[in-house]
Amino acid sequence: MKKILIADDEHKILMSLEYSFRKIGYEVFIARDGTEVLEFLKTLVPDVILLDIMMPNLDGYSTLEIIKQDRKLDHTKVIFLSAKNNPKDIEKGMEMGADAYVTKPYSIKKLISQIEELLNV
Amino acid sequence: MMSSFVLFVVVLIYLALLFLVAHLAEKKKSKIWINNPYIYALSLAVYCTAWTYYGSIGVAATSGLNYLPIYIGPIMVIPAWIYINTRIVRISRVNKISSLADFISLRYGNSRSFSAIITLVCIFAIVPYIGLQIKAISETFHLVTETPMSKNILTDNATFVVILIALFSSYYGTKYVDASEKRLGIISAIALESFLKLFFIIILGLFVIYFAFDGFSDIFQKASKFPDFKAKNTFNGIEGAMNWMILCMISGTAICILPRQFHTAIIENRQEKHIKTAIWFFPLYLLIFTFFIFPIAWGGRLIFEGQNVNPEFYSILIPQHFNNTLITVLVFLGGLSSSISMIIISAITLSIMVSNNLIIPYGLLGKFKAENEIQNTRNITNIRKFSIFGLVILAFGFYKYFILKTSLDSVGLISFVIIAQLAPAFFGALFWRRGSYKGAVVGLLAGLAICYFGLIIPQYYFSYNQEVKGALRGLYDAFDFFNIPYLTRIPEIFFWSILINTGLFTILSVSMKGNYRERNFAELYVDIDKYIQNHENAFIWRGTAYVSDIQNILERFLGKKKTEQAMRIFNIKYNIDSQTETADSRFIKFSENLLAGRIGTASAKILIEGVTKEDKISLKEVLNILEESKENITLNKKLTEKSEELKQLSDELSAANKNLIVKDRQKDDFLDSVAHELRTPITAIRSAGEILADDDDIPLDIKREFLNNIITESDRLSEIINDILYLDKLQHGEIALHIQQNNIIETYKKALNPILHLIQQKNIHISEVNLLNHYIFEYDEARMIQLFQNILGNALKFTDEQGTIQTKLSEKDNSLIIKIFNTGKNIPEEDLEMIFDKFYQSKNQNILKPTGSGLGLAISKRLVEAHSGNIKAENSGLGVTFTVTLPKKTRNNNEVEQ
Repeated sequence: MKKILIADDEHKILMSLEYSFRKIGYEVFIARDGTEVLEFLKTLVPDVILLDIMMPNLDGYSTLEIIKQDRKLDHTKVIFLSAKNNPKDIEKGMEMGADAYVTKPYSIKKLISQIEELLNV
Repeated sequence: MMSSFVLFVVVLIYLALLFLVAHLAEKKKSKIWINNPYIYALSLAVYCTAWTYYGSIGVAATSGLNYLPIYIGPIMVIPAWIYINTRIVRISRVNKISSLADFISLRYGNSRSFSAIITLVCIFAIVPYIGLQIKAISETFHLVTETPMSKNILTDNATFVVILIALFSSYYGTKYVDASEKRLGIISAIALESFLKLFFIIILGLFVIYFAFDGFSDIFQKASKFPDFKAKNTFNGIEGAMNWMILCMISGTAICILPRQFHTAIIENRQEKHIKTAIWFFPLYLLIFTFFIFPIAWGGRLIFEGQNVNPEFYSILIPQHFNNTLITVLVFLGGLSSSISMIIISAITLSIMVSNNLIIPYGLLGKFKAENEIQNTRNITNIRKFSIFGLVILAFGFYKYFILKTSLDSVGLISFVIIAQLAPAFFGALFWRRGSYKGAVVGLLAGLAICYFGLIIPQYYFSYNQEVKGALRGLYDAFDFFNIPYLTRIPEIFFWSILINTGLFTILSVSMKGNYRERNFAELYVDIDKYIQNHENAFIWRGTAYVSDIQNILERFLGKKKTEQAMRIFNIKYNIDSQTETADSRFIKFSENLLAGRIGTASAKILIEGVTKEDKISLKEVLNILEESKENITLNKKLTEKSEELKQLSDELSAANKNLIVKDRQKDDFLDSVAHELRTPITAIRSAGEILADDDDIPLDIKREFLNNIITESDRLSEIINDILYLDKLQHGEIALHIQQNNIIETYKKALNPILHLIQQKNIHISEVNLLNHYIFEYDEARMIQLFQNILGNALKFTDEQGTIQTKLSEKDNSLIIKIFNTGKNIPEEDLEMIFDKFYQSKNQNILKPTGSGLGLAISKRLVEAHSGNIKAENSGLGVTFTVTLPKKTRNNNEVEQ
């Protein structure tokens, strides 16, 4: 079973993502900010992490930076999910080493197929 | 009694002191030297030569009050310097004038011949005068040492002193090849000498008054017993007064035109404002000097009554009579100072004229054109050095063979009268546009001829050659009808020569047109104040000239580096492209100026003429162009004023523009934030919608939850949009306030009631503290309710369960103060002000994202400002307090800008 860790501070967004990924057979983990993500990663090696950028306490950028230093997460795909859709923001996210950058609002179907593609390659 | 050797050593030490002062001043160039108006004013006292030190005393003792006009004339004229000399200084500065000859000849068409004539006049007038100074040094030297005069030049100590002076002048006087440069070293030494000679004569004067006699009145009383005392100390009726007046005119002219005075007053003037100091300081200096002449002269007569001594040397003989060697030597040094400062400055000015106005333009220009800069500079400096030596030797010869027997006074006055022949051309240059070259030269030559026959021949030939004398006598008798019975010989010749000179100058100038170049400079001289800023524009020249040709000439005198530097400055000043190939009139004038200081104005013109081709231009055209350029200058002035206004306006515009750019960026940021804020609820709605649309077997409770999400997020969207629009209206003052008298307690209750259940839900304790005496205030109630709800809502969001919210109402300094406190996390100190910015929350990652538009506090701030109040947030140990201060009388002020 594939494991997905979803981080966002908007409860309603988390809700729909959680429902959708569970439905297609993922094991879903929910974090409300960056620090919760790091807490999970102490024990968990997910296949995919969905990261919001603007989160309280520890934002998406800083979280990714820490993830990148963890050797055991080398095969984990990290995807930014953000309402920031400036080309500059997207470029920055990709440069930091994200595997994909998806802007809000997104189509859940497309998001899923993008993730599947990433995992199969 | 002093031995020759000791006195010679004293003289050497004294000269060494001068060398030292000159050296230090030259080397240090500190502000004290450069900006000191007293150094300038003292240097003008080069006017007081041995003539003052010795000659005037002789005159006072033998012919009475006639010594006075020499000082009264200048004292009367000097105040006019504030006008005259200021203008001459300006003219000289912009034209790089370095001598009297340059100044006059440039005005009359930059004429080489005129400048040469002026140079010769100056040499003939001044060299004998220098000879006199040498004579004074020599005679007083022998007087102090009580040795007989030596016929042999090599054993005459004065010879060596003169050689030292020549060395000093040629070293410090030719340091700069550009003769219009200031010679700080020399001038400082001269100023020191001027100070010392005054100081020493004061010592002598006090010595005579209080040591030799019992005060001034004692001298006066005793002297008044002389039978001739009364006659010598009165004006002697109309006749004496006429002579007096003319002598004043002679000396008043001399103080302006004597080459050494022109040099110290004009060429060495560093700042125009120094003239202001000089016009009171210098006359005061002269007055102090003259004050002591009377007691010394009459004291001397009393002491040496019946003895055969030369009254010119009373000032040395008196202290010697009382065996006071110290004062004797001091007076000798004072006299020496007077003499050598005159010799030094005269020799330098004459050498500049000899080189720039005589030797270079008439012999060496061709040679210079082929040489390089180093060689040319060396040549020019050498010519000046040799000229200084040549002039001093000439003067020495003059002293030895012509004037051994002549008095100091008469040679000085003759020299003044000859120099005064330059006066019509000189003053005409300043005030009269029509004055022409022909008129000036013819007038000058006629005046000189009269001086020659009237003064020089009788002075020198009559005393030496008896045969010539007889023949001449007959000739002179023929002109007897020119005699003016009132006047003595020198004033009489002055009168006639100046009358004829001025008359010819005026008549010829009026009846014959001058050439265009004269007229051009006439305008520049007379209207110097107008042209001072851009004098190059006032120079009229038409023809073909190439920058490279002129540059080539400039490099031969200035060197490559300086030429390029000067051209760069010129191009910047007139906004000219450095690639320009043809030279215009401004560049021609600019180049002439660059050369003028080195080789004189006339030579500069000739050199530039050599590489350019000037078209003929008629006088009428020149006048038209000048008229135009004068209009242009007035126009220019107006334009400058206008352009200053425009500049101010453009500054304001650019500030406004900057402001707009900032505002624009703020707007962009705001739009960015708005888009971002809108996307979050849209994402939630879209996701919920997508699931509901695609998933048919979705459990009912989850389906309901997603549908609820869509509803609440849609509400959130419209709330954000409403707040944005509301804030925009508030900012643009589109929301009118209905300010009325209201009860603040009731308003608060109205605000609290709708949200009370939310507060209770969270188990938060809410309380009010009321410290008001009365409850009626003026405000817009609906807005105030909104304000309370925003702040309370904000407090509600950030207060943990079981927390406290407390509202405190009070009054202070005519203001209503509302404090709303809540327990909860502190706001970071650096953000205390920023929380009132739009969408602050979303930019700040340190707080949990609350619900709401993110505009509540921004709107609150606007609302408070619309009531002329202010709002702030503060942290305390337990939580956060928002304080709203509202003035009691609320002015309707809803148009507050950000």
